[in-house]
Amino acid sequence: MGAIQNKLAGPVSEELTLVQAAKRGDDSAFEELVRRYDRNVFRIAQHITQNREDAEDVVQEAFLKAYGNLSQFQEQSKFYTWLVRIAVNEALMKLRRRKPERTVSLDEDIKTEDDSLPREIADWSPNPEQQYTQAELREILSKTIQGLPPGFRTVFVLRDVEGLSTEETASALDLSVPAVKSRLLRARLQLRERLGRYFQRREPGNGKSGSKGGDVKTDVASGDGNL
Amino acid sequence: MKCSEFLSELTSYLDGVLDEKTKVELENHLSWCHNCYVVCDTTKKTIEIYRDSQLYELPEDLRSRLRSAIMTKCQQQKRRGPQSV
Repeated sequence: MGAIQNKLAGPVSEELTLVQAAKRGDDSAFEELVRRYDRNVFRIAQHITQNREDAEDVVQEAFLKAYGNLSQFQEQSKFYTWLVRIAVNEALMKLRRRKPERTVSLDEDIKTEDDSLPREIADWSPNPEQQYTQAELREILSKTIQGLPPGFRTVFVLRDVEGLSTEETASALDLSVPAVKSRLLRARLQLRERLGRYFQRREPGNGKSGSKGGDVKTDVASGDGNL
Repeated sequence: MKCSEFLSELTSYLDGVLDEKTKVELENHLSWCHNCYVVCDTTKKTIEIYRDSQLYELPEDLRSRLRSAIMTKCQQQKRRGPQSV
């Protein structure tokens, strides 16, 4: 069992050339930066806000803010990490506006370690995702990650979906490296635990209907985010 | 290595950043502890499923619209001159 391979963003030197051209007023260079990172910003924003319209707004606002503040970008970090930091802040602001009754912060006091300790140890089917249609799978993944606190799912998305390093994630979120590592472990374990409900290997004749782990349609339709 | 120690090293192991000595101890633990092996394997699958899921892909038509709106607003901002955004 080996390490996970991460997706990496494009070459850093190319990115820097584009940033420097954009700083000199070359809008086509800035547009190239938009083209390069718009999909990533949209994914991150939708993961945090869980709302497509908000995610669209975040994409526009984050790039516009980056454009307006480009002269202040110091070029000591990657442009992408700086952009992610802006996008995460915009997304959290949207979330706060939408859910004012709840405190939404990356620093929120997240429960003790106990909630992340593995309780369900049963193995999964060999290719669990193939038990579901693409649409069902997307529903399962979306609802499952939605159940995590924003501070957990943001760290998970930046590290494991977008492939930022632990240090880049810490810098983008203004967290310490140990805090990122701790949240990442707990996010991974909680997602694993919740997905297990759908992906566990089932013995024939155990009373469960069909070969599927959970009843996607019922669970997803319930919409309580408490899978 | 105990199960609790395995758990605290799991993230570093999956990220491939463990030192060689700890990695050997962890893999030795996995060779006989079935529960930890399953937790490790299913956590790795969890990450891979999310990474490969194409969840929240930006459709091309929306992408073009957003890009064009961004560039129009950027140009308006430039014409207005430097200001706090």
